[in-house]
Amino acid sequence: MPPALERTSALSIRDLSKSFGDRRALDGVSLELAAGEVLGLLGPNGAGKTTVVRSVAGRAEPDGGRVSILGFSPSDDGARSARGWVPQEIALYPLLSPRENLWTFGRYQGLAGAALQTAIHDSLSWIGLSDRANDKTDRLSGGMKRRLNIAAGTIHGPRVLLLDEPTVGVDPQSRERIYGMIGELKSRGVGLLYTTHYMEEAERLCDRIAIIDHGKIIAEGTKDELVRRTLGAGQALVIDAAAPIPPALKAELETRKARVEGERVLLTVTQPAEEIRRILESFHAHRVAVRDLTLKSPTLEQVFLQLTGRELRE
Amino acid sequence: MSAILAVAKNRLFNLRRDRAAFVLAFVLPVAFFSIFAGIFSGSSRAATRRIVVLVVDEDGTEGSGRFVEGLKRETGLDVKTAAPAEKGQPAAAPAPFTAASAEAAVRRGDAPVAVIVPKGFGARPIAFGPGAEPPKVSVLADSADPIAPQVLGGLIQKVVMTAMPQSMARAGMDEVDKWSGGLTPEQKARMEEALRSIGAPSPPGQPAPPETAGGLVRVETRDVVGETKSNPTVAFYAAGFGVMFLLFSAAGAGGALIEEAESGTLDRILATKVDMTRLLLGKLVYLAGVGVVQLTLMFVWGALVFGIDLAGHWQGFLIMTLATAIASSTFGLMLASISRSRMQLVAISNLAILLMSALGGSMYPRFLMPEKMQKFGLLTLNAWAIDGFQKIFWRDEPVRAVLPQVAVLIAVGVVFFLIARKMAERWEAA
Repeated sequence: MPPALERTSALSIRDLSKSFGDRRALDGVSLELAAGEVLGLLGPNGAGKTTVVRSVAGRAEPDGGRVSILGFSPSDDGARSARGWVPQEIALYPLLSPRENLWTFGRYQGLAGAALQTAIHDSLSWIGLSDRANDKTDRLSGGMKRRLNIAAGTIHGPRVLLLDEPTVGVDPQSRERIYGMIGELKSRGVGLLYTTHYMEEAERLCDRIAIIDHGKIIAEGTKDELVRRTLGAGQALVIDAAAPIPPALKAELETRKARVEGERVLLTVTQPAEEIRRILESFHAHRVAVRDLTLKSPTLEQVFLQLTGRELRE
Repeated sequence: MSAILAVAKNRLFNLRRDRAAFVLAFVLPVAFFSIFAGIFSGSSRAATRRIVVLVVDEDGTEGSGRFVEGLKRETGLDVKTAAPAEKGQPAAAPAPFTAASAEAAVRRGDAPVAVIVPKGFGARPIAFGPGAEPPKVSVLADSADPIAPQVLGGLIQKVVMTAMPQSMARAGMDEVDKWSGGLTPEQKARMEEALRSIGAPSPPGQPAPPETAGGLVRVETRDVVGETKSNPTVAFYAAGFGVMFLLFSAAGAGGALIEEAESGTLDRILATKVDMTRLLLGKLVYLAGVGVVQLTLMFVWGALVFGIDLAGHWQGFLIMTLATAIASSTFGLMLASISRSRMQLVAISNLAILLMSALGGSMYPRFLMPEKMQKFGLLTLNAWAIDGFQKIFWRDEPVRAVLPQVAVLIAVGVVFFLIARKMAERWEAA
């Protein structure tokens, strides 16, 4: 690890291991998170995502390895101030108002007096709940509760934020709003460790993605890096003909390593513009009409499937 | 019809899994029935409560001695003529009660009644006709127990008739001698012989002398505790019910801990600067504060409506209220920390609190229970709290008199808190 990266690291996880009875939940997990960076942690259920998050939150005691938050170990007071945690559950007091919930968690993080009042005011306006500040929390919509759940974890201005599936069960509009909030946190220089089931979310929000399976990090990098390393550089081309492909055309396409299934042709292209032009010329030459044509970039979903042999949402 | 049965069966499946409902439905009623059966019957009539009576024999004659012996033979009475020797002191000669020490003992609540047999009683327990008044038997009573003096009054009449027949007859003979113009020596000799045969025990097989009803013996009953109180049992019930509901509300509020654990809020809190010890201490402060307000409300209401003298006892009230609130709060926290779910907490706390309240005298005064039950009741918080409040409000004892109660309640509070802290470790980082 270069010393420069070590210095700017907001969160450093080294060789973390943890067993629950016979089951090995974490098996040598190492991750680095820089300030202002969003690191996505992807994995199927039971892969160890939550155990990583709980270890960083100081809520799980690892058997081995080390977690450092700005140089502090998770149970240090310095780590408690520097860390924010947004659990997957709506961990709020349903009978209290948003203002009272924020007061509680601000106070528990050591804020008091004018600083606390300012933080409550700013948080309420940040999550767009200023006009619902005194309602009962259990009267809020699901999206509002999710936003309040995030604000309760960020009211003290943490440098590292753990976000555990923050958009579960949220409608698309609220989700957009939460994405906006995450963008703001990132621009303030907060380092975010983000676990999610949603590939699109990971692709869109995360600077880097780590894929965890059976307690091990099996791949890590930007989305493009992960795709290139796992699936190569090609894109998927699918052509649907208006009629079954005649044998002569089929033979010609198969020289290009295409797979022909009745009226459908599937192949991988690395230079789409040039290759599509030539293929369409062949169709024209054999007088076969094209009904539909799609060019698809490989997705993280495919990367995930390739690496783990499992769908992410199973 | 089959749909109705399906619904019923569904509930049955549920009941099998829901241990809380199971306990409430089947265990609690049986436990309760057993306790109250124990309190009221003691399983047979002979085992009902014996009334403790302190007897002071100021007369010290053969006749008064016979009267005291007669009282001792009564199965309904537990007669004590001397204070039990203190621990550490030679048990050789326990000091007999005097009028003053017996009164003090009744005030302390050692016994509900005392009897003082006056000088001259052995010679003249009763008087027929006009003339000199016979000496009065004094009964000192604690008006918290309305039954004991009544029972004792009746038994005194009975014992005089059955245990002192000679004195009775002599009194009658003297009257005859006086008003008939004198008996001849021969008549007197026969009378004496008859008197001796009255005093002799009945030969076996013959019926005992018949009981004589009526109130020939002059008995003067005086309340030495509560004589100035407007309503003898109000302070008792304020304390009794106050403690019971304090326990219920503490157990309910302690359940917030379980809700926090279930909702993930507890995890979130423990990731902040608040650790488990501070969290539990914070909850204790809240619960105890609510408890103090609850008991204060109860007694203020009691003062306004039922005439409890709160203003005159505020120091004692304050210290007992604080100690009781701390003990009840830690009890609630402990129950919450050992329960796995809210439902389990409800079941455990209902069971524990109702049992404690029944045994500890929240529902029925402990001093009216059989002695064994009274001792058993000391295992409950209720008993210590109620005893302390009784000392303050009923017996007008000084604040230092409740020190044992306060010490026990605080000590129990510390133990409960430590148990809660230990049990709460399961919620800390795994």
